[in-house]
Amino acid sequence: MTGRLILENIKHRPMRSLLSVMLMGVPVTLILALVGLTQGLLQDSQRRQQNTGADIIIRASTASGVVNFSGAPIPEKVVAKIEEQPHVKLAVGVLNHSIDPPLVVTGVDLPRFDRMSGGFVYKRGGPFKRPGDMLIDEAYAAQTHKTVGDTVTLLNHDWRVTGVIEAGKLARIAVQLSVLQDLDAATGHVGQIYVKVDDPANIDTVVQELNALETGYKINTLEEYVAMYTPSRISGVKEFTVVIMVIGVVIGFCVVCLSMYMSVLQRTREIGILKSLGATKGFILTIIEAEAMLLGVGGTVLGIVMSFGACWLVRTLVPASIPMIVVQSWWPTAGLITLLGAGLGALYPGLNAARQDPIEALSYE
Amino acid sequence: MSNGPIIETRELRKIYRVGKVDVPALRGVDLIVQAGEFLSIVGPSGSGKSTLFHIIGGLTPPTSGLVRVAGQDLASMTDAGRTRMRKRSVGFVFQKFNLLPNLTARHNIAVARFIAGNTGPLDGQFEEVLRLLGVAERLDHKPAALSGGEQQRIAIARAIVNHPAILLADEPTGNLDSENSKAVLEVLRGLNERLGQTILMITHNPEAAAYGHRTVNMRDGQIIW
Repeated sequence: MTGRLILENIKHRPMRSLLSVMLMGVPVTLILALVGLTQGLLQDSQRRQQNTGADIIIRASTASGVVNFSGAPIPEKVVAKIEEQPHVKLAVGVLNHSIDPPLVVTGVDLPRFDRMSGGFVYKRGGPFKRPGDMLIDEAYAAQTHKTVGDTVTLLNHDWRVTGVIEAGKLARIAVQLSVLQDLDAATGHVGQIYVKVDDPANIDTVVQELNALETGYKINTLEEYVAMYTPSRISGVKEFTVVIMVIGVVIGFCVVCLSMYMSVLQRTREIGILKSLGATKGFILTIIEAEAMLLGVGGTVLGIVMSFGACWLVRTLVPASIPMIVVQSWWPTAGLITLLGAGLGALYPGLNAARQDPIEALSYE
Repeated sequence: MSNGPIIETRELRKIYRVGKVDVPALRGVDLIVQAGEFLSIVGPSGSGKSTLFHIIGGLTPPTSGLVRVAGQDLASMTDAGRTRMRKRSVGFVFQKFNLLPNLTARHNIAVARFIAGNTGPLDGQFEEVLRLLGVAERLDHKPAALSGGEQQRIAIARAIVNHPAILLADEPTGNLDSENSKAVLEVLRGLNERLGQTILMITHNPEAAAYGHRTVNMRDGQIIW
């Protein structure tokens, strides 16, 4: 019977219910969009690292974050020296230049990288041949509406697109290593080195040997490195997510408080009727809280649906810059945040309703 | 009419505070209603009959004096105690019907049963009452789809569904035309005669009051005859 009372109340004022659900859905969408954006960026980066075919990565000692956007502090001769180490099959130095974060242009020695990774998969066109040639992946091609033969202006330089590659391997935008080194005034230097060993069983041995060289560089297995791609390792993301969650609770609280307060005012006489029938304060509070919770559930569902819409929109407009995903594991968290806001928001109007004098409530016009 | 008072008030007083002014609504009301009696209370506006109705119904406590309903001393009851009393011992019928607009007639009745803790099927006697009230075919309609007379008869059904000791009716025909008024009053008399339901009815209308076994007249917060 309580359920019917609640459902009928919600159905009786459809516009109020719909607006409440929509407003409660907004913070759910915000939270899911933020998480989807963060995790999408990280997963995309992880995938591109994993598909390089490398077993070990060497970064400069000054590399502070997980994602190395720019800088060329490692002399290129180190690449050759590493390749001389036992069990090392191949070492490939690359150089990254940040253009419009998180987008970077990656300078790569294509023949060597092809040997390590098995090569890029070309959707259109083929490898670069001349210094001004560039490869772009499908996502960047879709975002910029560029294809083979088009000119892309980056780093104050016009590049000719010679190939559109499948996304998910090393780089979104790749140019010849030597050309990028010249443009960055970093001739003979690279930003990081990918190392492939002869046998996966030797990865740890090689890491130990490289550390024994005391180069001062950060040396990690690729598995370790990829594992570092978590939101907590990216400065500020965790705090930002918490702030958005708090905003979600506050919005949910305000929306529900206002909505239920208005609803209680509109239903003053009905509350009086229930009281005349012997309804306890607890019963009145329960139906107000339960109604808010139901609106909260509706808001969560709508928020999830809207997060799919937001994801589609972002991936359509900027698939390369923001490879957003829908993170299903966050649905319960977003739902709990909404329900917390709804529960708190309904408390004040619910207590007001429960405390109403039945005679005054019955005479309310 | 059976023996023994089911409602008893002695020196019942109620003072409302309006701003800084004390307004006496009841000035020592002595009333005894026997179980099974149909009592009409008449009086002009402001005579205190509604206040008496509210106190006997457990909607508000008295300021002083004794009030006993179905053996329970309302004067010493807490708010929670009066709430419990309203669940089972009292049924209300109001001038404005006061049905829950979102629910069908059937569910309006079911809510009263649910609040009183009755969740099983309706008993056969109540089914008979619904036929007596002439609303058995209208139970699946919401109040907006019912006439005033039908709404009031549903309200009566809701008021007696938990077999309360007393049925309190506040101007039950005040919003009805003469035909529906007569029908509702006949229903109340029928409930009293067939089921022995104790009824206390407030009314302005002398014709309606005449349906009761006796009438008491109130003025200025007192029973004058």
